[in-house]
Amino acid sequence: MGRKITIEPVTRVEGHGKVTIRLDDAGKVTQSRFHIVEFRGFERFVQGRPYWEAPVLVQRLCGICPVSHHLAAAKAMDVIVGAGPGKLTATAEKMRRLMHYGQMLQSHALHFFHLASPDFLLGMDSDPALRNVIGLIALDKDLATRAVLLRKFGQEIIQATAGKKIHGTGAVPGGINKNLSPEERDRFLKGPEPLTIDRMIEWSAAAIALFRDYHAKNKDLVDGFAHFPSNHLSLVRKDGALDFYHGVLRAVDAEGRKVLNDVDYQDYIAHIGEETRSWSYMKFPYLRALGRADGWYRVGPLARLNTCDHIPSPLAQKEFEAYKAYTDGKPNNMSLHSHWARLIELLHSAEVIKELLLDKDLQGTKLVKSGRRVPEGVGLVEAPRGTLFHHYRVDENDQITMANLIVSTTHNNEPMNRAVNWVAMNVLSEKPEITEGMLNRVEVAIRAYDPCLSCATHALGVMPLEVTLEGPDGRVLQRKVR
Amino acid sequence: MGKPVIATASLAGCFGCHMSLLDIDERILKLAEVVEFDKSPIDDIKTFTRPVDIGLIEGGCCNSENVEVLRAFRKHCKVLVSVGECAIMGGLPALRNSIPLKECLDEAYLNSPTADPEDRIIPNDEDLPIILDKVYPCHEVVPIDAFLPGCPPSADLIWEAVTALLEGRPLNLTYELIKFD
Repeated sequence: MGRKITIEPVTRVEGHGKVTIRLDDAGKVTQSRFHIVEFRGFERFVQGRPYWEAPVLVQRLCGICPVSHHLAAAKAMDVIVGAGPGKLTATAEKMRRLMHYGQMLQSHALHFFHLASPDFLLGMDSDPALRNVIGLIALDKDLATRAVLLRKFGQEIIQATAGKKIHGTGAVPGGINKNLSPEERDRFLKGPEPLTIDRMIEWSAAAIALFRDYHAKNKDLVDGFAHFPSNHLSLVRKDGALDFYHGVLRAVDAEGRKVLNDVDYQDYIAHIGEETRSWSYMKFPYLRALGRADGWYRVGPLARLNTCDHIPSPLAQKEFEAYKAYTDGKPNNMSLHSHWARLIELLHSAEVIKELLLDKDLQGTKLVKSGRRVPEGVGLVEAPRGTLFHHYRVDENDQITMANLIVSTTHNNEPMNRAVNWVAMNVLSEKPEITEGMLNRVEVAIRAYDPCLSCATHALGVMPLEVTLEGPDGRVLQRKVR
Repeated sequence: MGKPVIATASLAGCFGCHMSLLDIDERILKLAEVVEFDKSPIDDIKTFTRPVDIGLIEGGCCNSENVEVLRAFRKHCKVLVSVGECAIMGGLPALRNSIPLKECLDEAYLNSPTADPEDRIIPNDEDLPIILDKVYPCHEVVPIDAFLPGCPPSADLIWEAVTALLEGRPLNLTYELIKFD
């Protein structure tokens, strides 16, 4: 008859997901799936709302990266009010960048230290009752304190630019609603200690050293775990530099050949398609140029460091060079290297925050622009977890008539399923006993992609009116209709 | 006597209330000394292991799984708190309550401009929980002992509530703590 293993809920990730693994009589894995089990319905219920509400409404998709949704929606609405890319005032664009890089800092720090690091610092097979941030505090209080303060610094940058740490109101169609006062700026530059940007840069660099040390001692694990080739997609700056706020779409294949390059994201529909599978509310996007079977790709830190040519800040660029040298300049397809890439981005974010804090444009007073109103706009940003797409149509009454959202975690749907399958096949299959540590490895694979399952549940999708229960032979055991 | 035990859950919420809990920042080091955590998405305890003193619930109920989790929390927790607008009154996800589900279904999977034109389907699988007709606030499903308003409630409000419950004193809710946006 075989049996089914269910991991529910997947923990130390953001939101709600579960894993099912089916085994035959001999204990051989026959199927593995990572399901998104919840949904909300944003695409439909934002219809009829006035367009200027979108940036504050849709950020309620996600409390970890609300700034990403806030800014992607604002960028789409910039286009609609005739103040699209390149037309914002310097103050507005730089305030938004500061908000966004502050979010990168807090989200990356949260993910690495609070959620993922217990697997490395305490161990994947360690006591599950202690394998968490509280266990991290007990293990190394200084490290845990630095982790908490790194995140706090990022959250305070968000508060200073958006008005609130979570679900702020800073970005408006065509600009921003405040600048940065000299007092706010000086607090981030000068403290009180240790909450200064220089200290954050130092701690970010130390986090990379921590991971590299772990890597040096656990090379086979870090390099081999859920290592599989894929395409990679992200925004890059026009000159190929890493940029989280704005750019053009670029995709490379597993060998580094460019599949998409220099693509204006207003035309995203020509390049990205989405497939729905019956067992998950999260769709499966693909590059149209390569088709459904071969066009899936990764997004996020691993992908971004594969698509970009360089990092435009000195310390992170130096780390990037060492990181690239490890794979001889070729794309990196090792799932656990996502953590290394994420920490390099953490350092880059801290460096960019410092550069912005020193920029006098942040004290400018020209905050909002507008131009010729158009009915449709697309806004993209590189969210902490990857490329985030927001697309809206607005009618002559200023009401939203259509919303299409493709969130970062959705792009990583196929890669996360492949990573889960890698663990199922390599760790769980045909073993006499399945231990808790083995099952945790399934979650370690998912955590490498830092999924935001709340984001991924935006599609309300369905109320299944019919539920069927099938046996392993596909025979229907039970069917419920309501 | 052991330390007081706290458990948390995110139902149909955005995790923002959990993030606001983490926004207590350095105070989490102090909290770690005086309490223990049981079932929570920020640790790996997936089913209750003991009676819990304080249960913090984020989000309302939008599917059968949310209802099961909420009932389990009520069963195991002495004090159950609705944290944030979604738990208290459904919040933003409840915007769907006035829309026929068929429309939501079609919009998400059939009408999307990026949906695969070849075979547009709607997910339906035994491993997916059943979606409720509406998003329900927690107190319509189980009795709730306390409510913390905000989207999300501020870290200071969550801290005040948790410490008041731990110390067995009344809440001191100043205007600064309960205003938001």
